[in-house]
Amino acid sequence: MAEVIRLGDRMGIERFCIYLGYEREYDPDPRQMRAHNDSVLRALDHYRHRAFGFVYLNPNYLDESLKEFDRCVRDGPMVGVKLWVAKRCSAPELDPIIERAGAMKAVIFQHTWFKTNGNLPGESTPMDLAELAARHSTVPVICGHTGGNWEIGIRAVRSRPNVWIGLAGSDPTNGFVEMAVRELGAERIIWGSDAGGRSLASQLAKVTGSTVPEEAKQLILGGNLKKMMLPIIKAKGFRL
Amino acid sequence: MIDTNVYLSRWPFRRLPGDDTAGLVSKLKAVGVTQAWAGSFDALLHRDTGGVNLRLKQECSRLGAGLLEPVGTVNPAQPDWEEDLRRCQERYSMKAIRLHPNYHGYGLDGAAVKQLLFEAARRKLLVQVAVQMEDERTQHPLLRVAPVSLKPLAAALRAAKGVRVQILNHMRLAPEELKELAAAGDVCFDFAMVEGVHGLARLMKTIPVERIAFGSYYPFFLIESALGKVKEASATEQQMRSIFTATAQRLSGDGK
Repeated sequence: MAEVIRLGDRMGIERFCIYLGYEREYDPDPRQMRAHNDSVLRALDHYRHRAFGFVYLNPNYLDESLKEFDRCVRDGPMVGVKLWVAKRCSAPELDPIIERAGAMKAVIFQHTWFKTNGNLPGESTPMDLAELAARHSTVPVICGHTGGNWEIGIRAVRSRPNVWIGLAGSDPTNGFVEMAVRELGAERIIWGSDAGGRSLASQLAKVTGSTVPEEAKQLILGGNLKKMMLPIIKAKGFRL
Repeated sequence: MIDTNVYLSRWPFRRLPGDDTAGLVSKLKAVGVTQAWAGSFDALLHRDTGGVNLRLKQECSRLGAGLLEPVGTVNPAQPDWEEDLRRCQERYSMKAIRLHPNYHGYGLDGAAVKQLLFEAARRKLLVQVAVQMEDERTQHPLLRVAPVSLKPLAAALRAAKGVRVQILNHMRLAPEELKELAAAGDVCFDFAMVEGVHGLARLMKTIPVERIAFGSYYPFFLIESALGKVKEASATEQQMRSIFTATAQRLSGDGK
């Protein structure tokens, strides 16, 4: 965490949203899930002034996930939910998670990819997220990675005003942000780094190197996420 | 600043900001690039390689503003590839050629590749090898192309002594593979696709910085990505001189 903060200082990043510990189980059991979240809680103990935490949940263990949400978000310092590849997010098991997170205005980040060479069995596509978003139309959700194949991902969530796209975690391909601003508007785009796995530089370049107006870049780089997080930040008495 | 990895013409699957030559030159100049080695996206799928190289040369001359250095393509799986190589150097005064083995359907272990490397060494031409053009996960489903295997390259280099090679768009080479290639001959690398928060810093610790040359893969990638990686890696002034200029000058034969 210290190293990420150091690099963030060098590259101009003020706050990080952190989730997941060091292991990468695709379908963590409750013990593993708690271990991930304990890692994040420990990091927050030291870096609360530089980081926000998201609780990692596994819809295959719904009761335990709801308890983890309560432990880490309702009763703890975390402000968001991270969903990864354990279960396709269009599944009805996610509904109680979304309802509980939505009630607290927690930020919801769902990993999505639409891989030409095939997704993992539980890996959501942006189309899955669009289905979930339709069932919870008043709850904002972030389409993590915009499906990787962003030309498809942007289209998949275009008609769902409660879906924001996340830019992180794909190559710094030219034209991504331009298409996103054109189709969704700058207000629905959220920058992220996917650090460790990605360099901060390649992910920042997606916005800094794009041809969209400077006001749009500022919204994407921080303004939109700040606005999304503000209700839960205020409720918890944190400062942005 | 020399950018060793730039492309003209159109990526087959979408328009890219900067994919018109004048716009590309303007962007490169704006970020401080003084020389850019430009291949052509046409080289991937067009079979008239001679036409690709002629248009590339003409485009660089017409709109390159003294900044674009054309890098022609040679496809050793085609008949009479030797003539393309000859034209690149003798007719177009190119200092380098760029290979796309995965789009041309050959491996680096064939007899023609060995012959090409030998000829390039004889002609003192730099050979660039593009390992990949796009993440396999995002490729168009009708054109899925695996990255080039560099495994045969070390042996091929040892047989073609003196050839200068630059590997472009490598992503997941293990330290042992990097070291083996660097030891096999005069091999340099760009870092356009090197990822992870310590990606470039690790590369700089694995091979001498004199084997690393700046290459952005613009306009497919945003040039700010490669520029930012140098900042992220906390390169020293001396390292930056090497990465941005000296290595490329030596590769092209312009350095001492």
